[in-house]
Amino acid sequence: MTKRQTRVRTGTWWLWLMAAIWVVALYLNFIYTPDAKYLLSSERIFYVHMGSATAMTFVYGITFVASIGYLWRRRLAWDRWAAASAEVGTLLTTMVLVSGIIWGRTAWGSWWTWDPTITTTLILWVLFLGYLLLRDWTDDRERRARYASVLAIVAFFLVPLDYYAVYFLKSIHPAVITTHGVNLAPSMVLAMLVSMVAFMFLAAAWILIRLRLLAAQDYVQEIQDRVRTPLDSM
Amino acid sequence: MSAVAVAKRLGERLVLRDVTLAVPAGSVVVVLGPNGSGKSTLLKLAAGLWAPSRGRLERFGQVVGTEATDPRVGYLGHRSFLYGALSGLDNLTFYARLYGVPRPRERAARLLAEVGLRRFQHEPVRRYSRGMEQRAALARAFVAHPQLLLLDEPYTGLDVGATGLLDQWIRRTTAAGGAVLLITHHLDEAARMGDRVGILWRGRLEDPPVTRDGPGGFREQVARTYEARFHGSGPSGA
Amino acid sequence: MGRKYGAILLKDLQLEIRSKETWVAMVAFAFMVALVFGIAVNPVRVRLAPVFPGVLWVAYLFAGMLGVGRGFEQEARDDALTGLLVAPGDRLAIFLAKLTVAFVFMFTMELLVLPFMVVLLGEPMPGGILPLLAATLALGTVGFVGVGTLFAAMAANTRAGSVLLPVLLVPFSVPVLILATEATAGILGHVAPAVDPWPWLHALMAYDVVFLGLPLVLYEFIWEV
Repeated sequence: MTKRQTRVRTGTWWLWLMAAIWVVALYLNFIYTPDAKYLLSSERIFYVHMGSATAMTFVYGITFVASIGYLWRRRLAWDRWAAASAEVGTLLTTMVLVSGIIWGRTAWGSWWTWDPTITTTLILWVLFLGYLLLRDWTDDRERRARYASVLAIVAFFLVPLDYYAVYFLKSIHPAVITTHGVNLAPSMVLAMLVSMVAFMFLAAAWILIRLRLLAAQDYVQEIQDRVRTPLDSM
Repeated sequence: MSAVAVAKRLGERLVLRDVTLAVPAGSVVVVLGPNGSGKSTLLKLAAGLWAPSRGRLERFGQVVGTEATDPRVGYLGHRSFLYGALSGLDNLTFYARLYGVPRPRERAARLLAEVGLRRFQHEPVRRYSRGMEQRAALARAFVAHPQLLLLDEPYTGLDVGATGLLDQWIRRTTAAGGAVLLITHHLDEAARMGDRVGILWRGRLEDPPVTRDGPGGFREQVARTYEARFHGSGPSGA
Repeated sequence: MGRKYGAILLKDLQLEIRSKETWVAMVAFAFMVALVFGIAVNPVRVRLAPVFPGVLWVAYLFAGMLGVGRGFEQEARDDALTGLLVAPGDRLAIFLAKLTVAFVFMFTMELLVLPFMVVLLGEPMPGGILPLLAATLALGTVGFVGVGTLFAAMAANTRAGSVLLPVLLVPFSVPVLILATEATAGILGHVAPAVDPWPWLHALMAYDVVFLGLPLVLYEFIWEV
């Protein structure tokens, strides 16, 4: 019998660390940093935006690596990593989009612009909603893992291409907003960095919690499969 | 065909464990087991649809890997593998062509006549009755004169005539030096057709198989062994 | 390899001649997009010519999603794909054959629908550009069909695959949509400022290479039953 790899052992000490970092991050975000010159306090949503965007990149990286890992080793543990990180990634993308839309409204006066970065993020969001749907609608556990891995790998190559396609489109047509240089004060840079770390921790926590649940789900499924075997014979 | 200590893992589940089995030329080997015992998995491995997770599988002396196809293998699965919009003749012609059979259309027509579908050979398979479709599927599996037949519950839903026909074709194959691996959960079919019967239970194959040389009636022996596995030993390996 | 490829190709064409499922569905769909668009956007108030390339490609890509999915539904219905996998010869032949069929159907549909689109949307199509336009259609179609075939094979084995397929394919159509639309606009040549179609065509070729290559590497993982 193969060794079980379903248990995900993690202590709780780092959750306390995360809580501490979040307290610091929120302090820096809302109290320590001054208002921005023109954007005033609306600037503060930027920390949420950057934090979730960084964590999102990191988390999708995990999805990609885990998907390759699954196709290579064929262990469901890899697939659970891919699934958990994709779910958290989708959630983070939602946060990026929502915070971006709100910020765009206050900063630029329009809810949405077809800027390459924004458009690519939206496509990424649709892509991973599709990924989650594919997982949900594939009944066979092993097949689900395989299909999802293939999709994640292809998606990884698509994202930069999407970006450049939109980029070329926008650079040829005159666009209202092309670049938005925000010169940050040192205190703001600090707040941004801490915010990024805080979001990374949050993402990690989510992923680990999801991993445990997914492992438990797979384990229950396996027990059900075993119990069912002799009953419906003949 | 032979399998040595073959195991297959699907997800975290070990569907087959160390299955060792030989299907020598000129004989019918039956694997008998309840649903979910890993029978179909075994057959899919033998067909080269899957690669074994462990162990070694050979056909005609060649190791079966991930991408193993062989024109000498005939495979009859649960479903017909036929296209509903095409006529029976077109379907069989297509498969004959796929297997490189010379004069595919004539071969297709002859087989259809043999399974009693001559009158319907130009009808689209979509309009066939269940039994007719199965006869056509049967013809499909035999389209390229297979020397290794892999049959997955082939008798399910066949009427008396078609059952007799299949029996006859299986015997004809073995008489010509071919080998047959038949998978079923019906004791009667196993006892009627098998030269050896192996019992598959939770991914493990009873070793050695029941043979016709053993003492006592073949059917009784198979039944006894099967019962012993099924009720006697309980949840083995769990 | 060659025999398997040829046999499957022939079979799919035969199947299409008998059932007419795929191309009727595709052509009807593309035609309806043009019709609905023409009615919804008041052609008196809005000049349709500048948006013509965009509407054209939207119609093509959505019709293409319909067509590419059909190809595998037929294989999945009675598990015929398993029959193909067991049959002798390289499995690459199956994928290439399905790819070719998808391309041929979609490209034929595009050529059939083009005149309707031109007439309905009042496109002042200049003569002499047809070869380059056809090349653009072909390039855009190749880019779409590569990933499309890969995902169609997956979708055929999932619940509600026909719903899933467009969701999966839309993000992958974005580059094709942008690159092919711009190239088409450049070729038709009545947008101001004028667009040079060649950079777009080159980018489209690059996309085609990547997204034909990836499915060829990954298709084996879909095939396992």
